[in-house]
Amino acid sequence: MTAWLQRLGRRGIGFFERLGRGHLFLLRVLAALPAALARPRLLVAQLHAVGVRTLLIIGVSGLFVGMVLGLQGYNTLVDFGAEESLGVVVALSLVRELGPVVSALLFAGRAGSALTAEIGLMKATEQLSGMEMMAVDPLERVVAPRFVAGLVAMPLLAAIFSVVGVYGGWFVGVGLLGVDDGAFWSQMQAQVDLHDDVYNGVVKSLVFGFVASWIALFEGYDAVPTSEGVGRATTRTVVHTALAVLGLDFVLTALMFE
Amino acid sequence: MSEPAPSAQTRRDEVLVRIRGLRFRRGERVIFDGVDMDIRRGQVTAVMGPSGTGKTTLLRLIGGQLRPEAGTVEVDGQDVHRLGRRALYALRRRMGMLFQSGALLTDLDVFENVAFPLREHTRLPERMIRDLVLMKLEAVGLRGARRLMPAELSGGMARRVALARAIALDPMMVMYDEPFTGQDPISMGVLLQLIRLLNDALGLTSIVVSHDVQETAAIADYIYVIAGGRVVEHGPPEALARSPSPWVQQFMQGLPDGPVPFHYPAPDYAADLLEGVP
Repeated sequence: MTAWLQRLGRRGIGFFERLGRGHLFLLRVLAALPAALARPRLLVAQLHAVGVRTLLIIGVSGLFVGMVLGLQGYNTLVDFGAEESLGVVVALSLVRELGPVVSALLFAGRAGSALTAEIGLMKATEQLSGMEMMAVDPLERVVAPRFVAGLVAMPLLAAIFSVVGVYGGWFVGVGLLGVDDGAFWSQMQAQVDLHDDVYNGVVKSLVFGFVASWIALFEGYDAVPTSEGVGRATTRTVVHTALAVLGLDFVLTALMFE
Repeated sequence: MSEPAPSAQTRRDEVLVRIRGLRFRRGERVIFDGVDMDIRRGQVTAVMGPSGTGKTTLLRLIGGQLRPEAGTVEVDGQDVHRLGRRALYALRRRMGMLFQSGALLTDLDVFENVAFPLREHTRLPERMIRDLVLMKLEAVGLRGARRLMPAELSGGMARRVALARAIALDPMMVMYDEPFTGQDPISMGVLLQLIRLLNDALGLTSIVVSHDVQETAAIADYIYVIAGGRVVEHGPPEALARSPSPWVQQFMQGLPDGPVPFHYPAPDYAADLLEGVP
């Protein structure tokens, strides 16, 4: 019994210690942001690595999610003779929920895991230590530009996901199932609100981008510098980001659409 | 009237790194327990000791990457662990460090790796950076390898590139962390020669951490042997070779048994074998 309690206590302390380290890390990254922003070339390189390289999976997934939404939405709506509202259903689902959430999950799997592995390996091969000894702060040179890139890329990726998804829904609904083209777009235009729906979706994806980048970079920076340690850190990035994104999504939705 | 310029002899005797009463522990394990050292300017000082005695830790303490529990480390008259971040970084620009793995940035080629500290810390025009990088690469014999990526280099070449990078900003001292580990005899010979030549030609101060005793002793002006958290012996190589300490003799000659036993502490052999008998 005492051994069990001891183990529980140790785990609890370990958890809070790590939480504290994570927050201190975030503060240091935020303090390093001005220096990172002053070097646009580093930012552009990271935007390419984090954003552009995630584009393909975002585009393809967006297309399929939109097509499924079109199909499912049509099958439900047609029973009520409301298939002309398909555009609204597809667009609202994507802009409010699926765009930010699914693209954040894909971001964690594609870009987040890559960030963790890259920084973890840089740590394992003493590249970060080497930079420190060359009087270069790795937080300014390596971490902060990646953080900004994640923050900027996430809303853009979510927007692309939603746009491609809407076209996927349109292709299935209008192109294959015969929903009226004009009704599809005009109802969408009338019902989707710029402030309530689109802006709120953007806010969500900004929050998800912040959290996903933070987790991925911290896991890499805090990884045990061995191949096993980096592997574990990469897994943790994907799992923790997914949980954080889904949990935060509920909180944000409750706050935004109450 | 101004002070007379110090003679070559007094300058040579000046201490660049002064370590006093250094204590450091990792968790429960005491790594250093009252270490004193003087690293003199212009010399190649070797720090030797068995694996796991904290030789690399010592370099990290000198570089200010770790903080000691007690004691001081002064580099060029500045207490490393009392410096603010800005001052520490300014000091580090004058220190080069060669990591055991080379620690080259894997996404940059050889040229860009050597140019890295120049680009980070100076606003030199591109032409001048190119010339400086080529000069440093020429010094380590790898000017022709400038477009190779770190993954394409052998271990010895990677360390030479790292050495070129370490001297890119013309530091006052270079610290070498196990520079010979895993090197073939030719690479080892090249590295040994480079450490000595660069030290003398560039007027550096070198600290070489190693357990390759004979090789390191061949180029060192002064040797510290550490074990069990303390300096057990120090002096010029020839003095150490005559050390009366059986431990130092065992270490310097690489004898398998002696004061450091071959066997890890264990219960009696026969009793241990019989314990398994039902």
